[in-house]
Formats: sequence, C-alpha cells, structure tokens
Amino acid sequence: MENTITIEDIGKDTEILMQVDVKNLMPLQGDFPDKEWGEINSDTKEKYACILDNLCVLQIPMPKTPEEEEELVNKFLDGMRKLFTKENNWTFFSILETTMEHCAKCNTCSDACHLYEATGHNEMYRPNYRSEIFRRIYFKYIKNKPFAKWRYGDVDLNWRTVARLGELAYRCNICRRCAQTCPIGVDNALIAREIRKIFSQELGIAPPELHDKGSMLQLKTGSSTAMNKLVVKDNVQFIDEDFSEETGFQFETPWDVQGADILLIHNAGEILAWPENIAAFSIIFKAAGISWTLSSELAAYDSINYGVFYDDVQFARTVLLQAQAAKNLGVKKIVLGECGHAHKAFTVIADRVLPKALNTPRESCFPILRDIVMSGKIKFDPERNNFPVTCHDPCNLTRLMGIIKPQRDILHKLCPQFREMNPHGPYNYCCGGGSGFAIMSRNNISDWRTQITGRKKLSQILDSFSDSRGPEIQKYVCAPCSNCKGQLRDILRHYKLLEKEQLVYGGLVELIVNAMVDVNPGYIKWEDEG
Amino acid sequence: MIYLICYAAIIVFAAAIVYRIMDYVKKPLHVRWELYPVAHEAEKAEYGGGYLEETDWWKKPRKKSLIGELKVMIPEILLLKAVWEHNRSLWYLTYPFHLGLYLIAGFIGLLSIGAVSNILNISIWMPIAALTNLLGPVGFVLCIYGACALFYRRLKDPVLRNYSSYEHFFNLGLFAVTMVVAILTWLFVDPNFNMARAFTVNLITFNFGSMSSSLFNLQVVMGFIVMAYIPLTHMSHFFMKYFLYHDIRWGDEPTIDNPATDAKIGIVLNYPIKWSASHIAGHGKNTWAEVATFNPAQEPPTAKE
Ligand code: SF4
Ligand code: SF4
Repeated sequence: MENTITIEDIGKDTEILMQVDVKNLMPLQGDFPDKEWGEINSDTKEKYACILDNLCVLQIPMPKTPEEEEELVNKFLDGMRKLFTKENNWTFFSILETTMEHCAKCNTCSDACHLYEATGHNEMYRPNYRSEIFRRIYFKYIKNKPFAKWRYGDVDLNWRTVARLGELAYRCNICRRCAQTCPIGVDNALIAREIRKIFSQELGIAPPELHDKGSMLQLKTGSSTAMNKLVVKDNVQFIDEDFSEETGFQFETPWDVQGADILLIHNAGEILAWPENIAAFSIIFKAAGISWTLSSELAAYDSINYGVFYDDVQFARTVLLQAQAAKNLGVKKIVLGECGHAHKAFTVIADRVLPKALNTPRESCFPILRDIVMSGKIKFDPERNNFPVTCHDPCNLTRLMGIIKPQRDILHKLCPQFREMNPHGPYNYCCGGGSGFAIMSRNNISDWRTQITGRKKLSQILDSFSDSRGPEIQKYVCAPCSNCKGQLRDILRHYKLLEKEQLVYGGLVELIVNAMVDVNPGYIKWEDEG
Repeated sequence: MIYLICYAAIIVFAAAIVYRIMDYVKKPLHVRWELYPVAHEAEKAEYGGGYLEETDWWKKPRKKSLIGELKVMIPEILLLKAVWEHNRSLWYLTYPFHLGLYLIAGFIGLLSIGAVSNILNISIWMPIAALTNLLGPVGFVLCIYGACALFYRRLKDPVLRNYSSYEHFFNLGLFAVTMVVAILTWLFVDPNFNMARAFTVNLITFNFGSMSSSLFNLQVVMGFIVMAYIPLTHMSHFFMKYFLYHDIRWGDEPTIDNPATDAKIGIVLNYPIKWSASHIAGHGKNTWAEVATFNPAQEPPTAKE
C-alpha cells in the first residue's frame, strides 16, 4: 500500500517501513519494462539495520542488544547536539537553524522532487518527510521546547527511528530542487546532508563508497580511483599516445609545470572510464595555445571531493590539499574539468574554508571553453555534429553555481540539432546520481538508481528526442559531469537505449573535438565503451 | 490593565523580532550555499546564470541589481508567487489569509496616522479615513476565510494532517476567533473605527482612559496577544525570510579580496571541534585548522624511522 505511512510510523516495530512497488512507478514513454527489486543479500541484512525499505545504502551496524540500541540513540543525539553548536558546525549552523525553525509544513516543495514523482508520490520520498522527523526530534530533544509534542508534533525516538532516519538521508540526491520552490527559503536537501554528517562525523558510519573507498582513499593514495601519482601519469601518457594516433593531432599532456597559467584538475574517474574526455581537454588546450598543467601532488590530480556529500572535515582536508598543490606550482588560477560536484565543492563551498594564502582563484572549465570556441583560434565544422543533441544540466553547475550559458553558447555554435530538455538550466532535474549515488552499485542499489532516481531524467531525455526516436537516428546526450555520466551510462544500459534508440552520452569537450577540422572525423562513437 | 497588556504585547513583539534577528546575525560565518537563480545577478538572472560564467570572474567588476532583487521579492511577498506556481490549490486558501494580514497591517498603519492627526489636532485627510474603513473589514473577512479554510484543509487533507501539529490548529483558530471578534466590534460597536482611533491616541499619549464597550476591549486584548505571539512561532518567517533569501539563497559574495571574510575564516578555523568519529578524533588535534590539515590516511612515521 502506498502513501499510508505517517511521521510517527518511523519508529514502529516492523521489519521495514515501506517498499516502493514497481507498479506504481511513473510511466515512461515507450517500451521500457521495469524489473522487480533485487533482494538485499542475507549477509548484509544480518549485519546491518536494513529496516527502512528494500535498500541498504548507509549500512548502520545492526544493534544486537537493548544496550546497543540505546547507544545508537544516544550517540545520534550527541551528534545532533553538536550539529547545533557554532564550534562544531560553524559551516552550516545558521543555515540549518533557520531551516529548522521556519518551515510552514505547507508541502509546496513536494512536487519539485523527481524521486517523489518517480515513485508515484510515495510518502517516504516526500522532501519534507525526513525533515519533519528530524525537526520533531530537534524541538523535543535538542531545543527541549516546552509542550514540544503539542506544538511541533510527536515522534517516538528509538533505535529504529535513528536507523531509518539515517537511511532516509540517503534517499535524496541533495539536488536542492525542492529548496528552489520553497516560498520561505527552507532547504530540505540540507537536512538530508546534515543527517549524513551526524552519522559520519559522530558515529563514524558512512557508505563505504564515499568514505573508505572515497575520501579516505583519496587522502591516502591521491585519488578515489586508487591511482597514485606514478599510475596516473602512466595512464595519461597512454591516453596521449592513443588519442594522438586516433585523432591525428599530436599532443602531450603537461604535468607539474611550474608557473603555468592554469592548473586543470580532472575528476580522475575520467582517466579510467572516459579517457576521450581527458584527451579532448588536452587537444583543445593545445590547439588554443593555453599555458596549463596537471599536478601530480596528493589529491591534486583528482578533483573529486566526496566530503561534500557527507562530511565537512573530509571536505576541508581535500580542498586544502588541492589548494596547496596549486600554490606550490604558482599557477594563476585553477580550472575544474567536467565534474559538477568538484566545481561546487572547490569553487563555492571551499571559498569560506580556505585561508587567504591558499585562496588561488578557481573557475569552471566552461567559460574558458566558450571563449576558446568563440575566439576563432580553432577551426570547426559543425556538420560533423549534425545529429540530435540535448544537454543535461548537472545540478551542481547550474542550480548551485549559475553556470548555464557558456555550455549553451558552445552547443548552439557547434551542434546544428541542439535542443533543450524541459525544464533546464537552474530548474533542471538531477540525473539521479547526485550526492554520491552514481558510484554505488552494491546489492540492488543499481536497480534503484536506474528505475527510481534516474527515471525523471530518462523521461526528459526521451521527450527531448521525441522527433527522432528509434534506432535509425543517432542521438547524443551531452552531460558535462563525471558523476552524471556514470549515472547516465547505467540508465542507458539498463533500458538498452543504445540498441533501441542509438542513444549515447558524453561530455561537452568531446563534441568540441568532434567538430574540430584539425582532428580526424569520428571522435564520438555510437558504441558501448564496455 | 488593557493598556498594560497592549504595551507588554508591543514590547514582546519588538523584542522577539530583535532577538531573532540578533541571534541570526551573531552566528558565525557559514559556508556559501547559494541557490540559483540569484536575483541580483542583473541580466544573467533572467536565465538563472551568475558571475561564475565569466573567465577570470574575480578580475571583473560585479554587477549587482537591486531592481532584480525587488523583481523577485515583491511578487513573492505581495502575491506568494512560489505557492501560486507550485501549490496552486493551497494558494487559494493561504493567499487570502496573508492578504488579510497585509490589509490589517495597513489598517493599523492608517489608524495610527489618524491617531497622530488627532493628537496634532489636524483633521484626518478623508481618503485616509475612508481607506482605514475599507482595509480593516476587508482584512478581517479575508483573514477569517483564510484561517478557516486552512484549518479545514489541514484537518481534512490526510497528507497535510500528517504534517500538522496542534499548534497549527491553535494558531489558525486564534486568528479566526480574533478576527471574528474584530468584525463583530466593527459591525456593532465601532463602524467607523473612531473608538479604535481614540484608543490608539490613548496608547500613544499614555492616557489610560477606559473604553465603554467590553466587546471592543476583548478585541483589543486578542489583537495585541496575536501580534505578540506571531514572532514567537514559525510565523517569524515574515521577517526572517529576508535572511533566508539574502544571506543564504543569494549569498554569493566571494572571498577573494574580501578582508572581512578572511578575518572571519581566521576565527572559525580556530574553533574547537569535538566530533567523535575516529577519523576526526583521537589524533590530539583540537581545532578545525589542526584537524583539517591532518591526514588520517597517511601513515605516521614509526618510531624506528
Ligand atoms: S520546506 Fe518550504 S515548501 Fe516545503 S513544507 Fe516547508 S515551508 Fe513548505
Ligand atoms: S534535494 Fe532533490 S532529491 Fe532531495 S528531496 Fe529535494 S528534490 Fe528530492
């Protein structure tokens, strides 16, 4: 049964709170059958408190005794108290407190959420559902407000409430589309993020992809891909050789050039998964005569910063390493490659974390790419891009940074059949991989990502190609963000969109190189990269 | 006694607003968390863009448009535009309620102008008197309709009910009853608000003459209690919205060449940090600066090395 849960149900003694029924999912335009959910494996179920629904993203160890149950609640409350102190949470304290105090419980934000829509308006996915639980705990246990139950509503705070709330914080892409529609300026996405922080910063619990294999691995080896500086340089050298041969355009990616104008930082995942993106940047920058370099210092050849999704301390550690590398090289500015969350983390959030000495200016790659394309320094033949192209706007770039026009200027100039998605720009929908999900595929997380979190995006893509559906016409979704591409790759594979629709995805720089006259034709390929 | 309640209510109202604002303003620096469209981004705001669309943005003069902000804030405040766009069925209930309150605020303002005219022995400009007589009753009626309709919606809509506390019903009920008393007073006791104006004169001049109607007195007491109560609840959004929009949603001020923010960063990075997770605690690091510059994933040198 859908839509039957109440706020108070969060703590009730049942095996799970609820399960999304595949039959209730928002319909898609075409023959794209959904499959029943895969099960969480029994080992996971035994070890972790998978009691929210049929997923287990956070992996909270299952308490075995009443004492352990109580400990979970107490630790959570300890963390929550710290969250509302200026010393422990100066980063978000004032923003969070206003969000806690001023919600009118009007639910104007509900319909903005792609997850709520995709699940057929499942109550658990209503943006305000988790917020309301968190608020009730806040007023009753943190603020100790008199008559809290009467004034703000009741909630039964037990270990199930805590475990479910933790998981609920990972049923949100933190895309902030809901926040955009709130008449008051309340931010449900922030609440999801702050709950994640309590679990990570106080209880030491975070999804392994984000923490152990994410930010910790980056701090240890330099990259969440586990590539150390030797391996990364080797891999990029291979890319240089391969793509020089393929394109007929000779280039060599520069490393550690002291005093270069630009330090470019890629998402290192591109080096392994989408080398054509790395090569495209090198080709364009060389063709435009730019003074630039990559850095091989720890964490500075990988722009990712998973701390931005769950942990302020890990966030700060990563940006400090990246900023230090730029200072050591003495570059004039840092340019972020095609990675949305890295853009937001380093350009905007880090802006009030970095001390003055490390605050080397940082900018997005899109304005400089636009300037290069418009400058006339490189010759283009837009006919090479004469196929339907649409553009996915990564939330971090658009809604959260206002970088909208540069990529469009390029697309309008180089892609004769460019068309917008609806809605787009700051009002876009998340690809469904946001806030760390794109790198998760444990258990049945992939099913969830493709069938629920990515559903609205797929629907938008199909709509934007409504005039060119079918396998006869090659189509391209420009998704200039590494995480978004990971998510799109999985959606396209799940629904077999290459076979059914000749639909591929890729970045913006690939389209630029594909149209370059000095490069052999056919940079973009309609094949699964495997 | 009635006057005492009124003065107390005015003090509570003003103090609660000042307290909330000071409480917000005194909080430490927060990180940037802006949300586009940012209204002051001049022509870029039209499509939701901002200054980060420029190469070398830190070298270029920033264009901030007050008109752009007003173009967003005015329809939002006066028309509840976001609710209209995203929750139309609720708008038909909540807008009359808010409009009613705006009209009542205007009514109180005009009443005060009338009272000051009386004190200064200037006869009230007719349009002001007429407008006072119009705004008051229309405001009362809209507010009663809105409060009752919202009360009913929260009660009957199972979704909204799930998110409503007793306080919601109490608040709406309080507004409805107060406005009913106000409208009865207008109908049966004070049709031209002369008594209300005289009472306002008394309030301003500290003249504690008693009013003849107990219905009028009840209206005054209830009205002032409601006024004092508003900023003590989530309804304080009527002024806190300024910070939610200007300081958070549109708070895009960069730190480069901004010594004031640099100084604040210096303060917050020296705050002590007490989070308990093992990747944060237990390394003998106490402040944000120490913790953030410590790398828990790098092996410390062993004693032998
Ligand atoms: S977050 Fe905003 S839109 Fe959503 S319920 Fe609260 S006040 Fe309404
Ligand atoms: S942030 Fe995005 S995913 Fe999360 S509740 Fe809001 S709209 Fe939904």
